[in-house]
Amino acid sequence: MSRKQTKLTFDKPLVLDSGAVLEPLTVAYETWGTLNQAKSNAILVCHALTGDQYVTGVHPITKRAGWWDNVVGAGKLIDTDKYYVICANVLGGCMGTSGPQDLKPDGKPSALDFPIITISDMVRAQAMLIEALSIDKLFAVIGGSMGGMQVLQWIATFPDKVFCAVPIATAARHSAQNIAFHEVGRQAIMADPDWRNGDYLAQKTFPSKGLSVARMAAHITYLSDVALHNKFGRKLQNREQLTYGFEADFQIESYLRHQGQSFVDRFDANSYLYITRAMDYFDLAETFEGSLTKAFGAFEGAACVVSFSSDWHYPPSESRAIVRAMMAAGVHVSSLEVETDRGHDAFLLDEPVFHIALSGFLQSQAEAKGI
Amino acid sequence: MRKDYEAILEQVAHGSRILDIGCSDGQLMELLEKEKGSEVRGLEISQAGVNACVAKGLAVIQGDADKDLGLFPDNSFDLVILSNTIQATMNPHAVLSEIHRIGQRAIVSLPNFGFWKIRLLLALKGKMPVTKDLPDTWYNTPNIHLCTIQDFADLARETNFAIKAIMPINGEVRGRSVTKTGFFTNLLAQKAVFVLERI
Repeated sequence: MSRKQTKLTFDKPLVLDSGAVLEPLTVAYETWGTLNQAKSNAILVCHALTGDQYVTGVHPITKRAGWWDNVVGAGKLIDTDKYYVICANVLGGCMGTSGPQDLKPDGKPSALDFPIITISDMVRAQAMLIEALSIDKLFAVIGGSMGGMQVLQWIATFPDKVFCAVPIATAARHSAQNIAFHEVGRQAIMADPDWRNGDYLAQKTFPSKGLSVARMAAHITYLSDVALHNKFGRKLQNREQLTYGFEADFQIESYLRHQGQSFVDRFDANSYLYITRAMDYFDLAETFEGSLTKAFGAFEGAACVVSFSSDWHYPPSESRAIVRAMMAAGVHVSSLEVETDRGHDAFLLDEPVFHIALSGFLQSQAEAKGI
Repeated sequence: MRKDYEAILEQVAHGSRILDIGCSDGQLMELLEKEKGSEVRGLEISQAGVNACVAKGLAVIQGDADKDLGLFPDNSFDLVILSNTIQATMNPHAVLSEIHRIGQRAIVSLPNFGFWKIRLLLALKGKMPVTKDLPDTWYNTPNIHLCTIQDFADLARETNFAIKAIMPINGEVRGRSVTKTGFFTNLLAQKAVFVLERI
């Protein structure tokens, strides 16, 4: 790592949904911009499963641009000259926040002794960070995919601490298909002999193959059939004809292998297990007597729910369920379904229609808030 | 102010909960919020319309009157507005029934196919009328379910609405409001704004 991470370790323990107690809790985070005097311009950005707190600027490990560099920054859509932007590595993550690589009192990595965590646990850890930064109320909480789940959890758990919310390409619960794909990923990791029952850090191995396959399978769900076809079709990789073997003949194979391999350089296998589990356990309505409407009942701010037409991972129908519940709860909700063939990953890409709407929503909310 | 908007605003009690179906760029929603302190939600199909509304801070859902009225819970609005849209829906009966479920009252405006000029065009030319208000040809018009004031009144009754008022509009001139459909209203009104109430 080229520079020191920003981290906070709390005196207070975090009591998890499972009943386990996490102590001490450490949260690694990044901020951009300046908190104004009234402390009214803070935006919390929540990252997705394989994202991290390095939203914008150069990523310290990959040396590439942060995952939302096109949206967050000085003079950009989420303008860091105007807003104080915060992003924390999620609980269970591998970029400095407490996770399965934490050392136990005996000096060994926690591995599978790390307790199971939930989306709600992640959000309560973030809330501790926000409090430590002496912010009473966030101007906005924004996030896509798993980040969107955190946004929904924020307005359910801390309705008074959020002025406006933008859940993007997300769902209020994980579907059987979502769980199924995650289970394939987890089994791939666990089937790798180098996983060592989770104890690979102590045994100085790493389940690269398993984690790589998990990433490959997941990556397919982030793209649409049309996007894959347009980008790769049946094109061959650096060759004129089929090899009649099992090399990566097709460009799509080579692309997926590359995705898998570069992922293992920056992500931890056990973190992948824990975070996918947290997503699978996510069912916001369940904790509110089975009613999503009740989950949003106490939130008095505005929300803008965004989905993408070709996203089959978290399809527009999931967003419509969120909108229906918000509508019933009386939330000042707007929603848009962006027409695109780029699938789930569209939320990270340059989608002008989405960006115009997001910018319009934030500006109108900033005006209402007087910032 | 547009005459139909003016007619609608007169019907709105202060602080009502209102749904504007087909809210376009949110002009009427803004008026309702400003002039009547209404709590307004919009439904709009076009991306441009939705983006314009969102940028104005209006709460608008992107969706289709034929498919997405299910998003709104029973009795969630005091008033549902459907301006110049019913004739372009796939299933006007279903749309009106949904409105009945969602709101206590409804304001529906529509072009009147019983207007004398239209009747005359059809009678004399023997072709589907093309007018300033209905400028499309039969094969490319979005207005797939045109009707007369009489026809719409029948549908309103069939979907258990009481007709509280019918306001004829001719160009920029508002006619005198009536409570019953009659031969002359149907003949002389270019457009009509219906005020309906659940029975």
